[in-house]
Parts: sequence; structure tokens; C-alpha cells
Amino acid sequence: MKSIIPLSTVLLALFAIWYVAAALMNAPLQRDLFANAGRADYSTSDLAIASLNMERPKLPAPHQIAAELYKLTIDTAPTSKRSLVYHAGITLEETLVGFFFGALFGVGLAVMVVSTRLLERSLMPWIVASQTVPIIALAPMIVVILNQFDIGGMTPKAVIAAYLSFFPITVGMVKGLRSPDLLQLDLMRTYSATPSQTMSKLRAPASLPFFFASMKIGAAAALVGAVVAEVTKSEDGGLGARLLAGSYYGQTVQIWAALFTAAALSGVLVAAIGLAGRITLKRMAFPQ
Amino acid sequence: MNARALRDLAPPLLFGLVVLALWEAGVRLLGVPMIILPAPSEIGWRLVTSVPTLTADFLQTIRGVLAGYFIGCGSGLLVAILIDRSPFLQRGLLPLGNLVSALPIVGVAPIMVMWFGFDWQSKAAVVVIMTFFPMLVNVASGLSSAGAMERDLMRTYAASYEQTLLKLRLPAALPFVFNALKINTTLAMIGAIIAEFFGTPTVGMGFRISTEVGHLSIDMVWATIVVAAVTGSAFYALVAFIERRATFWHASYRAR
Repeated sequence: MKSIIPLSTVLLALFAIWYVAAALMNAPLQRDLFANAGRADYSTSDLAIASLNMERPKLPAPHQIAAELYKLTIDTAPTSKRSLVYHAGITLEETLVGFFFGALFGVGLAVMVVSTRLLERSLMPWIVASQTVPIIALAPMIVVILNQFDIGGMTPKAVIAAYLSFFPITVGMVKGLRSPDLLQLDLMRTYSATPSQTMSKLRAPASLPFFFASMKIGAAAALVGAVVAEVTKSEDGGLGARLLAGSYYGQTVQIWAALFTAAALSGVLVAAIGLAGRITLKRMAFPQ
Repeated sequence: MNARALRDLAPPLLFGLVVLALWEAGVRLLGVPMIILPAPSEIGWRLVTSVPTLTADFLQTIRGVLAGYFIGCGSGLLVAILIDRSPFLQRGLLPLGNLVSALPIVGVAPIMVMWFGFDWQSKAAVVVIMTFFPMLVNVASGLSSAGAMERDLMRTYAASYEQTLLKLRLPAALPFVFNALKINTTLAMIGAIIAEFFGTPTVGMGFRISTEVGHLSIDMVWATIVVAAVTGSAFYALVAFIERRATFWHASYRAR
């Protein structure tokens, strides 16, 4: 709570900088527009106001983005192809499906890696190395490959979302499942617990803080994957398709509106996981 | 190479080889068409025969990656040090930095392409935005990582703020700086490649991937991905190597 005043000050400053930057960046364009219209008698304030309300500005002013967001979410029916709610829904669906399978696969892989020594030694270096590879480069290819099998629609995008989200989850979960210290593991041994009992009664509960931390990263990564996949396969909509269409037709306001929607979506996802994590960890008496 | 390093390397290498062999055998035995999955040998052949194209793509992309990486990491470090003296700015900026790290920043790529044109400058701009915030957040927490004992010692020496910063807190923050530098290698590659999906002069790894997918020459796509993977890993390995040299005193290296 202490940080509300500083945070709002910084946000206000950002807004102010944004308006100044928008006016400065758009002014040359607006000057040309005035010149083309044969207007020479404009004052500096005319120019400033006009350049903050252009149709295709270089940098749209915040109120233009807000107006566009309002128009495309509240004023437009959610079923319309122009509605941002419609496109956000498509992206959210792909993200959630992909994230679910990515998390399932990621956690499963982590359990296997932790419980099998051979897998740990042979697979883990590859999982770590794969973190350094720009795997998102694979996105366009996955779309094409799945197309060959007549798998279209949502599946390719969900696959890419799953693919991007499972790496951080595996790495985080391996760390988490290994977090019990030697003393606790020894205690389990003195109880003559089987490996699966150690896993379910000690390792799994101990890994929960890591679980929620890696879920947050995984959800954000899944959303990025879904958006990028939509850019490469834009015919059935989604926020990525809006980004691409906006960049084709120079509709900057549309790009920014899509960008803010994606940011809000990601923020809500991460906040929801954070909340679930806080409640769970509190009930399980983890130190906060 | 000593025996221990060999013992650590053998299982993953063997695993990789087995996967490659199974892949090759599977593609050949099942007659998988090249459009779906080319055999490793076909990808290797493509890689060898299109060295000039791949080199040109590599040079184009790496220019944006490196320029953006240095500007982004440098300004992140600088801003973190500048706001270090003001708890007010820290409390305002750091939550924002944490929030932004979870956002799909790659979405700014089309905007940057509009602002800075098709060439590598727009890719560098995307990379700057992607690498700035992880650096800011990491350095900020690194600067507060020096222990109270060490700070007290500096105070008994009557060290000034600048001296404490230079001699104690910045060196103590180095592991965090390198952590951000390592995360940012991957982010820089991703940012540059995705920015190229939105428009390039007709060269670059992201451009190559998106056009060759359109032509269904999947072996070329795989060859480009191999180059991107090797570049990304080498970039990361280089930073990790410098880290080892610069922070040899840190507990995680001393223990070995």
C-alpha cells in the first residue's frame, strides 16, 4: 500500500511524457496535412490539438487508445468480428488450452526428471540448453506441419502456446521438487517411505511455491505463443491477427488497442494465478 | 577435457545422438514427406549448400540483436543505478518493471517497424524494450543484496555513497547483472526474429523462416532454426563464460 503514491506519480509522469511525445512525433505529419488542405493560419495550439487527434498518428495519444478500446469493447457487440472482446476471447481460449496441456506436460516431465537418475543426466542438459534457443522461431512451421494433417483452427496455436509454456514450468518444477533438504529426505528414508510416497508427501507439497511461480511465467509465455501464432496464421482472428492487420493498413490506434488488450489479458492471468498461489500457500502455512 | 567433464557430457550427448538416429530412421522407414518433417541428413545438406544465404541472414539479424542488447542492457543498468538513491522512484518504477516483464512485449514489434523502418534499427528497438525491464528489476534487487555487515563496515571507513556503490554494492550486484544478461540473450534473439515477421529488407532469419514456410521448403526453415539455435546458445555461453571470469568469488562457483 505504501507504494500507491509513488506508483501513481510515475504513471502520471508517463502519461505526461506520452502526450508530449505524441504531439512531437505527430506534429510533422499534421503540418503536412494542414499544408495539403491549404491551411496556413494555424496556431501552435491548433497544431498540438490536431496532432493529438489524428486518424493515423505515428504515436496515438492515450485518450485515442482509450476511445478505441471503449468503442471496440463496450459499443460493439461481442459477437462482431470488429469487437476486441471477440478477438480477446479467441486468444484467451488458445492460451488457456495450450497452457493447460503445457503445464500438464511440464509438470509430468519434471516429475520424471526428478525421479529417474538416467533421465536427469541425459535430458536435463537439453532442457536447460533449449532455454537459450529462440524456440518461437518454430511457430510458423508448427502451423504448416499441422496443416498437412488437416489440423487447423485453434489447435496449431494452442500447440505453440503449450510448447512455449512447458519449458519454464519444467525448469521451475525440477527446482521445486528438489527443494526439500537432505534432513527431510533422510526422515522419509527412516520412515522407509517408497519413492512415490516421498514424491507425493514431501516433494510435491514442498514444490508448491515454485509451482505457482513457474505457472505465472508459463501463462505469460503461453499468451505470447498464442499471439505470435496468430500473427503467422491470421485468417481466423485473435489479438495477433489484429496486430498484423493494423500493421498492414497503418492503423496505429488499432495496434495499440490490441496491444493493451493483450497486456490486460496477461495481467489478469498472472494476477489470478498469483492470488490462487497466495491463498493456497497461506492455507498450507508456507512463510509468506 | 578431463574424465569428470566427459562423464557429465556423455549421457546428454548420447541421448542427442539417439534422438537424431531415431529421427533419421523414422523419417526414412515411414516415408514421411519432407514437407512434414525432413530427415536430419536433409537438413544438414541444406545447411551446407546454402551457407551464403544463411550467413547473410545471420549478419542481418545479429546486427539488430547486438545493437538492441547493448543499448537495452546498458540503459537498464544505468536507470537502476540512477533511481537507487530515490526510494520514491524505486517504489514507483519497480512494480511497473515487474508488471511489464509479464506482458507480451513482442507485440510492439509492428509499431517499431512503422517507426524505424524495415531495416535492423526497428529490430534493435524491439530488443531494447524487451531487455530493458529484466535488467532494471534485476539490478535493483542486486544493489540491495550487499549484507548489512558489509555496509556497516563501509560506514566505519567513512566511505561516501559513491565509494560504497563502486566498491561494495555494484560488485555484490554482479551475479544479478549477469543473470539479467543471460535472460536477455534469449529475449534479444526472440525479439529480433519476431520483429522480422512484421517486415524486413529481404534478408534475416525471421524473414527466411516466414517466407520459406510460405514456399513449403521446410528443410530451409529447419536449417535457419539450427542457425538460430546455435547462435542463441553461443551467445548465452559467451555471457556465461564472462560471468564465470567476473564473479569467480561467488558461492555458486566456489563450491565446485
